[in-house]
Order: sequence, then structure tokens, then C-alpha cells
Amino acid sequence: MYTWIWRILPGGLPGKVVGSLVLIAAVTALLLFVVFPWVEPMLPYNDITVE
Amino acid sequence: MSKHGADGESMRTDGTQDAGRGWDDAQPIPESYESQAAPPGGRHGAHHRKARGRDSTPAKAVRGSAASRGPRSNRDLVRTGIRGLGQTLITFGLIVLLFVVYELFVTDIFTNQRQEELTEELLQNWEDDPALDPTLGPDLPGGGLPTVPLGDGFARIRIPVFGGDYVKVVVEGTDPDELLQGPGHYVDSAMPGELGNFALAGHRVGKGSPFLDLDRLLPGNAIVIETAETWFTYRVMGDPASGDYDTDPSGIPGQEIVSPEDVEVVFPIPGVSDTDVEPTAAYLTLTTCHPKFSAAQRLIVHAVLDGPGLPRADFPDGPPALTEN
Repeated sequence: MYTWIWRILPGGLPGKVVGSLVLIAAVTALLLFVVFPWVEPMLPYNDITVE
Repeated sequence: MSKHGADGESMRTDGTQDAGRGWDDAQPIPESYESQAAPPGGRHGAHHRKARGRDSTPAKAVRGSAASRGPRSNRDLVRTGIRGLGQTLITFGLIVLLFVVYELFVTDIFTNQRQEELTEELLQNWEDDPALDPTLGPDLPGGGLPTVPLGDGFARIRIPVFGGDYVKVVVEGTDPDELLQGPGHYVDSAMPGELGNFALAGHRVGKGSPFLDLDRLLPGNAIVIETAETWFTYRVMGDPASGDYDTDPSGIPGQEIVSPEDVEVVFPIPGVSDTDVEPTAAYLTLTTCHPKFSAAQRLIVHAVLDGPGLPRADFPDGPPALTEN
């Protein structure tokens, strides 16, 4: 998968490096701001109340 | 030829103990390949040239020699599958690591931002209409606003032993959404200064970690609650001289570790499940998870109101307890 992404990224080596960084940043942002906040309440270790 | 190919393949799966014999066939690094091929006149050199003629990289050369004996597509499929599995596992590992970073650091950023907004809103509300204070004083039976909207800040908590900069806005409610913003007030528990139990829950690790160091609170340590008009100073129960949490005549300990089901700790009289008994003192209870990074138990701190509330008008810089440390 990573090989394939690297292959289809345009712009020679500089373009591929920049493209990779942009992709990594996008995926990281998606995880941090969308996926993790959504997943987190379903995990058990966040219970801090007595109920 | 076919013998060499077999040697190369077996080395790939068995490890490197066979390296001396199968080196030329299995070596996947082009630089080494070239240096190995460099010695002139050798048996291996000739073999390499042969392999290179068929394909430009040594890995492919091995595959090529293997293909002369068996189905090439199957081997490729296996290789692709294993590589895909490896990449997937590495990716999962990275995601889990990122999640740890998120829990420990990123949620702090979110919560601190939210706390700043809440502080602004709260101070504005207090300035606009102090009568909105849900906590009209310790002597008013159930006085004040009946309810604070869930998620709204209505008081601030300061714990001097945690440092002068330890100030958190307390929000109404203890659901995850509210606790994401700061320490949350158990909805049916008393208000600050009120007879009964002013009970708060807060995160131990992450989300601003408001109650990270709750285990460091010692008997006699002050917990100061600030409302629109009043400072309330609570003190952790127990004997400040000996550090024993269990000396209070009421039987309420200053600190205890309980199971998550022990709701009595936030009852009007902590630990007394008979709610018909009228509380005669104003308690403060803080709950968080225990041990750190786990939710197996709950760490509970009980405190009791120390003297009457002090009007903010008379003590603009806070009660004496704020500076005692």
C-alpha cells in the first residue's frame, strides 16, 4: 500500500516527500480531531464517576 | 542452477546460517550484490551475470530462478500478502501510539482551551448578574437556582497545594461531554457551601488532568470553591498532625479507594446510604479514577467546610487559605 502511494505521488522526489508529509498530516488530523474523539467515549477506562 | 535457486529460497525462510553458501542468490541489497560480484573469475560472478541478464535486481533474480521451478504467481501472492500484513500491523501500532499521544497531550489542549472559554463566560456571568449564582449561601435550605444547565460552569475550584495557578471551572454534570471540559458536579449533589455533599468528578490523566494529584492531598489541605459572591474553604478530613485520614468522629475518611459502584461516597452524608438522615455538615467530595491510567477503582477525597463562606466583596484576593502554602 505504501509502495503504491509512493509510486503514484507526483513531482519527483521533492514532490513525493511533500506529498507524503501532506498525507501524513491529513491522516493524523483526521485521527486526532474526528476518529479519536468519537472512539474515546466507548472505551472503558475513561469512567471516573461513581454510578 | 536450480540447486542455487533452492539454496537461496531456503536461506530466506530458514535464516542466515546458510549465508556462506547461498549468499549470492539471496542477498537482496544491490550494493552488497555488486561488491560480491566484483571478485573476478569466480563461479559466483558468472552466476550473477546470468541472473542480472534476466532481471536487473537480485531479489527479482531469485524470484526468477524460483519461477523456473514453480508457479511464480503464488509466491508473489504470498509475498504481497505477508508484506501487506506487516504494513497493516505497523500501521495499527502507529495509530495506537498516536492515540496515546492524543489521550495524554492533545485532550489537554482541548480541555485547556475550553477552560479558558468557560472562565471568560463565568466571569462575565458573575459580573452581569451575581443573583444567578446557584449557591446562595450555606444557610439557605436548597436555595439558589434549582438547576444549572448541563455543561455550564458555575464555580471555580482552587487547590493551593497544587500551586497558585491551579484554578478550574466546575461545570454541571458528570457525563463524558461535561467532564471533557473540566471537573463536573454530580447533578443531584449539594451546591457549594450547602449542607450535604458538594460532589465533583474529574479526570485523572488527560483532559487537563484536573485530579491527577488527588492522592497527594493530605488531611487539613484546603480546597477552595469560588462562587459568584462567596469563597468556601473546605479542608480534607483527618488529622493534619499525624496525617491520618480516618480520625474524623463522623467516620468519614479524608481519602478512600472504593469500587466504581460505591455511590454512597457522593451521598449527602458520605458513606451513609440512608438518605433520609438530614446532613448536618457541608461536605466536599472529589472522585477520580484509580490507579492512574486505569478505571478499576475510584480514588475519593472527602473534605468538610471550614468556617462560613467569605464574601468575595470583602476578600477580593481570596480567603486566607489560598496563600497558606
